[in-house]
Amino acid sequence: MWNRKREDPPLPRPSSMTPTATDLAREGIPMSTTPTRLSEPGDGAAAIGKSVVVKGQIYSREDLYVDGEIDGTVEVQEHRLTVGPNGKVTASVEAREVIVRGTVHGDIHAGEKIDIRKEAKLVGDLKTSRIVIEEGAYFKGSVDILRTDVNRTEAAPKPTASSAAGPAGNQARPSARPPAKT
Amino acid sequence: MSIGDRLRELFSKSGDFSVSRPAAEKSPAPPPPAPGKDESELVKRSHGLSHFVNSIREESGLSILDLGEISQPNVNFVTNLGHRLYSVDFLRTLDAAAGPGSPAGGPAQRTLMDSFIEQSLGFGPEELDGALIWDSLQYLSRPLLIATVNRLHEILKPGACLLAFFHTTERAEWLPAYSYRIASTQTLNLTWKNYRRPVEVFNNRGIERLFEQFESVKFFLTRDKLREVIIRR
Repeated sequence: MWNRKREDPPLPRPSSMTPTATDLAREGIPMSTTPTRLSEPGDGAAAIGKSVVVKGQIYSREDLYVDGEIDGTVEVQEHRLTVGPNGKVTASVEAREVIVRGTVHGDIHAGEKIDIRKEAKLVGDLKTSRIVIEEGAYFKGSVDILRTDVNRTEAAPKPTASSAAGPAGNQARPSARPPAKT
Repeated sequence: MSIGDRLRELFSKSGDFSVSRPAAEKSPAPPPPAPGKDESELVKRSHGLSHFVNSIREESGLSILDLGEISQPNVNFVTNLGHRLYSVDFLRTLDAAAGPGSPAGGPAQRTLMDSFIEQSLGFGPEELDGALIWDSLQYLSRPLLIATVNRLHEILKPGACLLAFFHTTERAEWLPAYSYRIASTQTLNLTWKNYRRPVEVFNNRGIERLFEQFESVKFFLTRDKLREVIIRR
């Protein structure tokens, strides 16, 4: 059930369930051009629906889609966390990849990537290897691009206006950051 | 006595930074129509930006403040230099904090204003190594402007540079508000967003007085209607 192929025709779904990419496309809602797999629950992710409120710690070993409210901490090690358009997360977040389409108040640490969509509202400090930001997103906080041993060996791509921010620009820098000026 | 007069009396400070002040108490003229495509997307060569970049490129690990809205190009540029970027989206936060019915330039109540400053610029003393202000200051009421400049002085390290733009059009009721995207070390892409009513319009002397507690103020000649200023803490 969870691993059915994308080309399978969509099954009739109750209106209360989270819209799929097909629904969004039909409504004319632009989707990200990022070439990643779908982030809706039907793609194999666990889901917290928009009427659900969770207070406490969440630890997931699979992709997690949040369209409800979370107040606490969220840890999705080695997997992706998606905050849906109705999602409201007041928590520190740790995941491999984070996609934000709703509201997040809290720091985010994503080892691989943070993707902030245009409808997102994000307040907190971000630490990641790559970050993608759509025009129109609201963000208040800091952005730290992490350098990893793997990334140090990659060739530094030429920085452009449209490419994601990554650690490549740090390749020529000394491996240890000098202490902040005092 | 109008509401504007009462507010000015309540928060009045010595000194006059402005050349002219739009007649906010009169019925405001509607904003001009949206510009055509040629004027809504501009490429601007910026000596001020070049100067700012030169001040931060010799080291890595610096903390740079951007008062504009978050954008991919600006994040790319600053983080590819090895720095941390703090993004505040100052004017958008101001609009949300002011709420409907508030006077132009931000919340009028002192407590609200202090709260806004604390939330937007809540950094430690001498924490920041540089700040990209763009044209944000031109839309702040005088009390909020002074509070903002004072806070910037507190949170910037000695020697840190601040890049600010001031529109040169005098007695303008509406000014084009742009998004400023760093395209290269000396080039900006400006995208028109909307029109905003300026609260203050500054001349060079007024800008110098505004930043009189800073070490230096340097003006850059431009061919367009934006005055570029580098202020050194």
